Amino acid sequence: MSAQMDDALQTLIIESRELLQHMEEALLALEQTPDDAEAVNAIFRAAHTIKGSAGLFSLDHIVAFTHVAESVLDRVRDHRLAMSPALGGLMLEVCDHLGWLIDGVAARQAPDDALSGRSEAILARLREYQTPSALPPQLDLSDVDWPDGNDIAPRPSVPVRGADSVSSGMWHISLRSGPNLLRDGMDPLSILHYLGTFGQIVNLELILNDIPPLSVIDPESCYIGYELGFASETDKATIDGAFDFVREDSVVRLIPPYGPLADYRALFADMSGDSLLLGRMLVRCGSLTEDELTQALETQERIELDSQSAGKPASLLGDVLVAQQLVDKPMVDAALERQHQLKTMTAGEATLIRVDAAKLDQLINLVGELIIAGAGAQLVARRLKVPDLVETTSVLARLVEDVRDSALTLRMVQIGATFNRFRRVVRDVAAELDKDIQLDIRGGETELDKTVVEKIGDPLTHIVRNALDHGIEPADVRLARGKPRQGRLSLNAYHESGSIVIEVSDDGGGLRKERILQKAIERGLVSEGQTLSDKEIFGLVFEPGFSTAAQVSNLSGRGVGMDVVKRNIQALRGTVDLDSVEGQGTTVRLRLPLTLAIIDGFLIGAGSASYVVPLEQVLECIELPDKDKPEAGASYLNLRGEVLPFVRLRDLFDIPGEAPRRENVVVVQYAGERAGLVVDQLFGEFQTVIKPLGKVFSHIRCIGGSTILGSGEVALILDVPGLVRQVTERQPVSRYLSSTPSAA
Amino acid sequence: MATLARKDAPGLAVEPCQYLTFTLGGEMYAVETLSVKEIIEYGQVTTVPMVPPSIRGVINLRGAVVPVIDLKARFGGQPTGITRRTCIVIIEMGSSDECQVVGILVDTVSEVLEIPPGEIEAPPAFGARIRADFIRGMGKVGGGFVILLNVEAVLSTDELSVLDELSRQGSPVDAGALPRLGSSVAG
Repeated sequence: MSAQMDDALQTLIIESRELLQHMEEALLALEQTPDDAEAVNAIFRAAHTIKGSAGLFSLDHIVAFTHVAESVLDRVRDHRLAMSPALGGLMLEVCDHLGWLIDGVAARQAPDDALSGRSEAILARLREYQTPSALPPQLDLSDVDWPDGNDIAPRPSVPVRGADSVSSGMWHISLRSGPNLLRDGMDPLSILHYLGTFGQIVNLELILNDIPPLSVIDPESCYIGYELGFASETDKATIDGAFDFVREDSVVRLIPPYGPLADYRALFADMSGDSLLLGRMLVRCGSLTEDELTQALETQERIELDSQSAGKPASLLGDVLVAQQLVDKPMVDAALERQHQLKTMTAGEATLIRVDAAKLDQLINLVGELIIAGAGAQLVARRLKVPDLVETTSVLARLVEDVRDSALTLRMVQIGATFNRFRRVVRDVAAELDKDIQLDIRGGETELDKTVVEKIGDPLTHIVRNALDHGIEPADVRLARGKPRQGRLSLNAYHESGSIVIEVSDDGGGLRKERILQKAIERGLVSEGQTLSDKEIFGLVFEPGFSTAAQVSNLSGRGVGMDVVKRNIQALRGTVDLDSVEGQGTTVRLRLPLTLAIIDGFLIGAGSASYVVPLEQVLECIELPDKDKPEAGASYLNLRGEVLPFVRLRDLFDIPGEAPRRENVVVVQYAGERAGLVVDQLFGEFQTVIKPLGKVFSHIRCIGGSTILGSGEVALILDVPGLVRQVTERQPVSRYLSSTPSAA
Repeated sequence: MATLARKDAPGLAVEPCQYLTFTLGGEMYAVETLSVKEIIEYGQVTTVPMVPPSIRGVINLRGAVVPVIDLKARFGGQPTGITRRTCIVIIEMGSSDECQVVGILVDTVSEVLEIPPGEIEAPPAFGARIRADFIRGMGKVGGGFVILLNVEAVLSTDELSVLDELSRQGSPVDAGALPRLGSSVAG
């Protein structure tokens, strides 16, 4: 059971984080449109649900904290308090703080002093927005002097007493737990405990009728139910919230103070078992008096008779109740809304499933194996030359490839969520810098692999901060330059030829070319008199060492850590470039592969083994001219007038056997350096599924990974930069040993 | 005395007593069956360049790329010759969160034997053909001894990858290291 409790807690953590994200989005939306009632409701709902779920797990610190925030939000919702920027800011802090509290729960740590201190500080500020008459924030029951249930004055929100209402001023709650309550990781006691945080359980009658004999009892099933008299000043939604987690499986009935007798009648009708026995319990709970009970039971019989005689189904009772004004309108509306919510929720559940990423990875691995197995089968079929078999295997192979494609799309996520995070960044940084900046987001529906999404957050943040900090000018400068006061930053994403492009552009001051050039010359990156294209000049800001300077103008700040950004993006096999027009703005463009699991490779053969070179590093392939054969001594050749040093894979890897008569050179490029790889055979392009090599091979520099060929054989992926480095480091040794004059 | 200490060691009772035995260069070895994932026929081993001879290469084990260790070379002998009966025993090592799968090359796989803890002697201090820390114990089977391998030590990733490092510096280093050693002894 504790494992299931863990699962339930995990759900709470995930859901709370999502709710907090919604809350943050709604808060940011409110800043734009302060009287968006739906946004306020969304914020309130998020806070309320978090409080409710936290209560179920006895996370008292979260309940206490959220309760205060919720009551402030409630006032905003009821238009008793206007949403101000200050309050919005405070609520964002509440949001962040709740995030930390949830993190603490996830890490299974009790809140430390610093966190509690922060809680207190935020609570103190929140209380300024509360009226003195609001509930005391400390929800310790022992501190509160609860009046006797019958003495509670009716609150305005409670329906006006009708002629048919009962005399009890208490809520009445009845619960029949479903058999799976315990299996779902719930604890009936924790609900009571949670109820106790905002009211007083006056009397509780346990219903044990449903417990089967010991011989057939299932210890994991829950058989109990209870009738409960509850004194509280909170509204129905709060009490209702306590049962959110059990509602699905269990039967829960709530009857407000001074509720209509009809509700009790409905209760009798709905609950199985002897009505009289149940009635006695209600009397003992203090929810009904003896008289009321007799009355209720009589009417119930009469209604049953009526409906039977009229041939009407009993389900119309609700209509009758409204017609008789026994149930007030808002309550029905609330119930309807609740039903609607439930409906949309189930609709949502039908289209979205939460899946563990590891399971997806496993699926993709299996599909990869399937492809290899399918290719093997196809090979056999071709060898056997049975036409039917060849045809069926080729159909199979095509289907399997479709399966792979759709399996890969499972891991694709929209970039919108990542982009939306920047709303907060932009808001906070703009406030910090005292600038007015608007964020535009386009292409949020563009999809890319989850593993890529996780890794671009940091570089993207860096670029965005740079644009906000150094790109967009302060308002007075903007006005002086004839630009609109409000700066504009836009994030855009789109697909382009198998990769995703992410653009971050601002309408700020732009980069000053002469400045960059001058600086580059000072740093010795460029020699004087060299002419560079615009692209080359802007590329200089990504050079390491370019950024370390003390900030001179908006230009030098631009370079801060840009080399790190470039490195991170290159680690994802992506590229980054920059366009800028002085005075008009800057655009940084990131180009990333859609997935990290598959690359375009170029398959080559040396000896009996096959190797893969990443296609992006391959420039061209030529045949090794006879005059450059090893007999000639040199390991460079003349490539259209340029010197191209080459390395023979056979020599480097000590591959035994004779080289074939015809050898080929693959010209590879890395970081502006060109080199030739002499190989036996060229097999052409190959979609390469990257498989990591184990830790055993972590020290080999020439090999970047491995992949599995259609035949089931393993092919190694060459790490071109590592390979070139290896060769250049070996050079002195071999030169010393071989002492061939031509090698020097 | 050492034998006694081993027998009294806590946890020995729960130690599995089933061992998979195999031969390697005429010698009988055994590993715990619990660490054996499966046994496959030798085939399609891709050699990895610039590794010591003890790493035979990698194979495709249903989609996972698994290194294959040549045990005979690891024990300091010649690389294993491939025969019709050559097998790869797939060994799973380490804890559940950091699991390592490695294949070992053996001449023939014999059988699964039950060796009670009482029938296991401590490794000899010297005299065995392989390093003492590679031996977990000597199992008495039918009047002879079976070497129970300590797979964690034999297939230690750290050690294997350090071997990589040595070999990466190239054969000239090895070739140079030996004469220097000889000359220092002579001097």
